[in-house]
Amino acid sequence: MGQAVMARLGNRSAGVRRIFQPGRPSRTPTSSTPYGFSGLLFLSPWLLGLLLLTTGPVLAALALSFTRYDLFGSPEYVGLQNYRTMLGDARLLSALRVTVVYVFLSVPLNLVFALAVAVALNRRIGGLVWYRALFYLPSLLGGSAAIAILWRQVFGRDGLFNAALALFGVTGQSWIANPGTSLYTLILLHVWQFGSPMVIFLAGLKQVPRELYEAASLDGATGLEQFRNVTLPLITPVILFNLVLQIISSFQSFTPAYVVSGGTGGPVDSTLFYTLYIYQEGFEHFRMGYASALSWVLLLIIAVVTSLVFATSKRWVHYS
Amino acid sequence: MIRALDAGLARGPHRRRISRLHLLLLPMVVIMIYPLLWLVGSSLKPADSVFSGSLLPRSFEWNNYSRGWNAVDLSFGKFFVNSIVLCTVAVIGNLISCSMAGYAFGQLRFRFKKVLFAIMLGSIMLPSNATLIPQYLLFNQLNWTGTILPLVAPKFLAVDAFFIFLVVQFVRSLPAELFEAAVMDGASPLRIYWTIVLPLIKPALVTTAIFTFIWVWNDFFTQLIYLTSPDQYTVPLGLRLFLDATGGSQYGPMFAMATLALIPVTVVFVIFQRFIVEGVVTTGIKG
Repeated sequence: MGQAVMARLGNRSAGVRRIFQPGRPSRTPTSSTPYGFSGLLFLSPWLLGLLLLTTGPVLAALALSFTRYDLFGSPEYVGLQNYRTMLGDARLLSALRVTVVYVFLSVPLNLVFALAVAVALNRRIGGLVWYRALFYLPSLLGGSAAIAILWRQVFGRDGLFNAALALFGVTGQSWIANPGTSLYTLILLHVWQFGSPMVIFLAGLKQVPRELYEAASLDGATGLEQFRNVTLPLITPVILFNLVLQIISSFQSFTPAYVVSGGTGGPVDSTLFYTLYIYQEGFEHFRMGYASALSWVLLLIIAVVTSLVFATSKRWVHYS
Repeated sequence: MIRALDAGLARGPHRRRISRLHLLLLPMVVIMIYPLLWLVGSSLKPADSVFSGSLLPRSFEWNNYSRGWNAVDLSFGKFFVNSIVLCTVAVIGNLISCSMAGYAFGQLRFRFKKVLFAIMLGSIMLPSNATLIPQYLLFNQLNWTGTILPLVAPKFLAVDAFFIFLVVQFVRSLPAELFEAAVMDGASPLRIYWTIVLPLIKPALVTTAIFTFIWVWNDFFTQLIYLTSPDQYTVPLGLRLFLDATGGSQYGPMFAMATLALIPVTVVFVIFQRFIVEGVVTTGIKG
């Protein structure tokens, strides 16, 4: 991702942070310690990690993307060959399609649920903590292989979902084995994990001054009007924060697709997530050069989409 | 739970609006949690009745657990030990490296601090795929593939920058007088780190430990890439092995092992709910 984007993300998340903790002084660190080596000494593990495991590899991946490399021998320079191959790669095209559908459906749905439930739970009633906990639990478990196995069975031919449909007299099919529906079961799995953005929304909602609601209801505003005119504008920074976080993480989703499809991305590449395709090219076919090119393109796609979100955010995010 | 809800109901001033709220939320919770309960219930069902939608098995087939435990050549006990070892080392690594970096960013002064801080925040957002292949080649060159080193060494180098950010937040909230007094007394940065910072940022450290545990326990991708022989397999890799070996046909035992795989994170969640929720709120950590 571009430096500019990173820096802005940093600023924005700091902004969100201030919203969450208005009472906390945003004070620069004290000058009680002089310039010296101790700072860099404490930072040295991180610096080493930054060079060896972050910036170094990002650049190395760019260099590798211009090579052919099968792990044996040494990388062979091929110029733009990998990128030219990508243009005519039919599987890459399906991977892109699958990933884009996944991100553009699951992220908005996930956030709508998260916000709706957060608004419902944003009341001072004791029992609601239980709801919060139960709504949140799936987002802690959801990324695991065990849940992917469960999902495979829930939406299988003899699964729980069809058992529920049978109550209404509908005979289901295997939603996993059908290429027309398999991706949507994974989208549902992502939406099921709306708990963590919900908790972030709840924290944002708690910062909305109660007086504003009281004033609005004195003016005769209905619940929906209060939401539209008071709540929504004030939590737009939190929406932006959640949106960016969700976009970045859902572009990288891997485990559910791998486990549900048995590593193939099937049926007929209908669950071939972009990351799964990178995995297959790199670690099943050992085309390290091509896999590097793929991962750089993914990096650019994510950077472009997040930049677009930031570019539009000037129009809809309000900072008080 | 019901009792707590009733208590909330009885005390609330707008009783009718609140019960409407429950009418909305309760079915939603049930639908969301039902698959999990179904998983646990099905792990105890005999083979012929696994695929009923009911939660309670007709008869309790505890056998599913012992059969699943020993279904592949190595027992799941081995996979659990491997996962626990991996998680423990990873937690130790993150606690040490992230608290050090967090202290440096939060309290110490050094050159290029602003730039480095911006890079640190930016690295939180960097997709892991961008570094995947070269990291693999590096660890392969070091002959570390097939060991847990590629999985734990990055933790000792503070690669999970979320937690640095978390610690920085905490360190910055500590009163400045504390540090000024310590410096006046001639305490070295190391001493300040050890005797002042670490004890006072305990909540941040607990959050770091919890999330590192949960992430590493749930991680599948890196374990899939780096752990090559079955005797190093962790629980998720064991589940995959099981799935491949049985073609997903032994439902009861498979559900039994999936249930066991989910227990540690669920228990951690129940015990540390407060820390987890606060962690999400202060850093926006994805659960």
